Amino acid sequence: MSTTTAAHHDDHGHDSHAHPTGLMRWVKSTNHKDIGTMYLWFSFAMFMFAGALAMGIRAELFQPGLQFVQPEVFNQLTTLHGLIMIFGAIMPAFVGLANWQVPLMIGAPDMAFPRLNNMSFWLLIPAAILLMASFFVPGGAASGGWTMYPPLSVQGGMSVDMTIFAIHILGVSSIVGSINIITTIFNMRAPGMTLMKMPMFVWTWLITAYLLIAAMPVLAGAVTMLITDRHFGTTFFNAAGGGDPVLFQHVFWFFGHPEVYIMILPAFGILSTIIPTFARKPLFGYASMVYATAAIAVLSFVVWAHHMFTTGMPVAGQLFFMYSTMLISVPTGVKVFNWLATMWKGSMTFETPMLFSVAVVFLFTIGGLTGLVCAILPVDIQLQDTYYVVAHFHYVLFSGAAMSIMGGVYYWLPKWTGHMYDEKLGKWHFWTTTIAFNVTFFPMHFTGLAGMPRRIPDYSQQFAEFNMISSVGAFALGISQLLFLYVVIKCIRGGTKATNQVWEGAHGLEWTVASPAPFHTFETPPQVK
Amino acid sequence: MSQDNKSYFLPGPSFWPLISSISLFLLAGGFTMMLNKVAMGKPIFIAGIISLAYLLFGWFKEVIGESVSKFYNKQVDKSFRWGMGFFIFSEVMFFFGFFGALFYARNVSVPWLADAKLLWPDFVAGWPTSGPGLTEAFTAMGPWGLPAINTLILLTSGVTLTWAHWGLMKNKRTQLKVGLALTILLGAIFLYLQMHEYAEAGFTIKTGIYGATFYMLTGFHGLHVTMGAIMLAIILFRVMKGHFNSHDHFGFEAVAWYWHFVDVVWLFLFIFVYWL
Repeated sequence: MSTTTAAHHDDHGHDSHAHPTGLMRWVKSTNHKDIGTMYLWFSFAMFMFAGALAMGIRAELFQPGLQFVQPEVFNQLTTLHGLIMIFGAIMPAFVGLANWQVPLMIGAPDMAFPRLNNMSFWLLIPAAILLMASFFVPGGAASGGWTMYPPLSVQGGMSVDMTIFAIHILGVSSIVGSINIITTIFNMRAPGMTLMKMPMFVWTWLITAYLLIAAMPVLAGAVTMLITDRHFGTTFFNAAGGGDPVLFQHVFWFFGHPEVYIMILPAFGILSTIIPTFARKPLFGYASMVYATAAIAVLSFVVWAHHMFTTGMPVAGQLFFMYSTMLISVPTGVKVFNWLATMWKGSMTFETPMLFSVAVVFLFTIGGLTGLVCAILPVDIQLQDTYYVVAHFHYVLFSGAAMSIMGGVYYWLPKWTGHMYDEKLGKWHFWTTTIAFNVTFFPMHFTGLAGMPRRIPDYSQQFAEFNMISSVGAFALGISQLLFLYVVIKCIRGGTKATNQVWEGAHGLEWTVASPAPFHTFETPPQVK
Repeated sequence: MSQDNKSYFLPGPSFWPLISSISLFLLAGGFTMMLNKVAMGKPIFIAGIISLAYLLFGWFKEVIGESVSKFYNKQVDKSFRWGMGFFIFSEVMFFFGFFGALFYARNVSVPWLADAKLLWPDFVAGWPTSGPGLTEAFTAMGPWGLPAINTLILLTSGVTLTWAHWGLMKNKRTQLKVGLALTILLGAIFLYLQMHEYAEAGFTIKTGIYGATFYMLTGFHGLHVTMGAIMLAIILFRVMKGHFNSHDHFGFEAVAWYWHFVDVVWLFLFIFVYWL
């Protein structure tokens, strides 16, 4: 601590214009654009890995009976598919988009804490290694479901410990990243950019970051109790010692439900950015969008036990959580209404980002409505742990979150690379993804209503046709994503030069800088009127 | 602050993020192996601790150096304030989870276990309890002995720290040094008494839900007091070096915020874990 000489600082200090090259450019990066790029590639790699696990699940479910994997391996596939998609694919992709876009949108030279920004990224790597390596330890990967309910997670082997520590590290990464984003938004806005002038994407990320800081430490506490129950003889989740396995579910879902909105609010922000551009109209009801986002965030902390209607709760509690859950559909409805009103009488064109956005509005609404169905207590008692729930959360997480991310990538790709992507191939990617997605998940509503339980590798003959359709759709969905990879790589390597504004209807600070965006932008803050 | 017109400080390329990643990987991997009795666990875990110490020293040294070299303008100072504030908020939520577990056990799971006569028909709800299945006798921790003294000690340490802050504001360096040293001393006495309490306790972490919640909450609090005391010691060291002045001392304030946060957590612990 004592030697803080000036000489020491000549190499680290104020020289933010140094351009390290090669691997070191990425490893030592303090540049929000490079870090954003790393986040996005990491999330795509995890998307493919967890997608491959899903292919394993669908291969096994192609026909009734056991074909490829044993039941315990099947459960490992579902568990790790969930964990890696949520923590490895969706969340880092949104953070990557925030890294790229938030400083550009608010006219900041970089994130508030550039080194911590890179730390948030590099912490993802050990967590991913721990999760993926857990397949190879004795007993195989964690198999109790991504929610890690005790007693299964207390009984599991070494892989459960690896999963728990991976979650701790991911938690640190998310919290540090969120502190960075909040600080950037509050403290780094260009002069004149008042809070109510901020782009919607920035608003949604501000609120998401609040949710992350409030929810992730609670998850850390939950898995810490799991570790001590596993190894140090505590009885938090053991009735013999006065504890209760349901306690874990309460603590977990106190994190878990805000987590659902952590994964969808930035998607709302992307839609609110793309739709006005291609409708060539300002966003309808900007202020109500802001308030609706905040309302969803507040409500997300008082609905958690709707995940636990069948695990034992007084009726008063069940009713409270049923009504509070239904209340969320009000601000969500405001958002859907505003998107439709934005499109109303707009001069619409349907480039790939807009196609994704319109599809998300439609498909996410289906997912939202099935969520409303699941919220109805007596109905949920029938639907709990069936494929109806699987259909519901894939409609919000794939056709809500993942497809918004894809739309966002197409939308901003010209700004990042300086080239237009191949519109024809982009549209192919959109249609194959959307159709394959619906072929995969729409039949699950039917199998679920008919009573097919999730997380089981075998099923009754009556579900055979629908499962075969789902599996075919899933394989097509998986292959379609290779096309996505191809389009992105092709765009990076060349293509029509993109203009600074890229899209005719695009507004905002990020479209005032060159395409591709220079390494450093807004070193002198722009004036926002 | 003569730096106000300079642009926001953006650090150049840095190795510390990668080192933080390696260090947490070693800690997590090594600890997993230790828990599962894999031979190489301990050395890997120790390597993790060493790399973490190296990381903290190195990174903070760099940041302190930048601060002393006046690279930070008012806007950067504000970023640090936002950052520390939200960090403490995340810590509040961490403790919130454990307090939630305590309330759940006392108000929900223990009464339920007493009402459900299936497994343990003779179990009567009450607190403290080691639960229906573990029947060893234990003596609970009362509030009016060491815990009450510890409460006084921590509250006093908050006063001495504020007194030190006043010293800093009025440029009375001796008052600052004495105040800081007293705060650290009180923190150390608190930790010593806490360890004494653990050693004399009539129950362990395995004593059912009472032992689990008691040691989890007080243990994590003790860990935070330890970190706070180390941070205060570093601040005292920097004061000795002549760092900080009446208008430029966020490092001091950040640690003071943290110390008051730890103090408030203790008050909740005293009320809900020891007293009620």
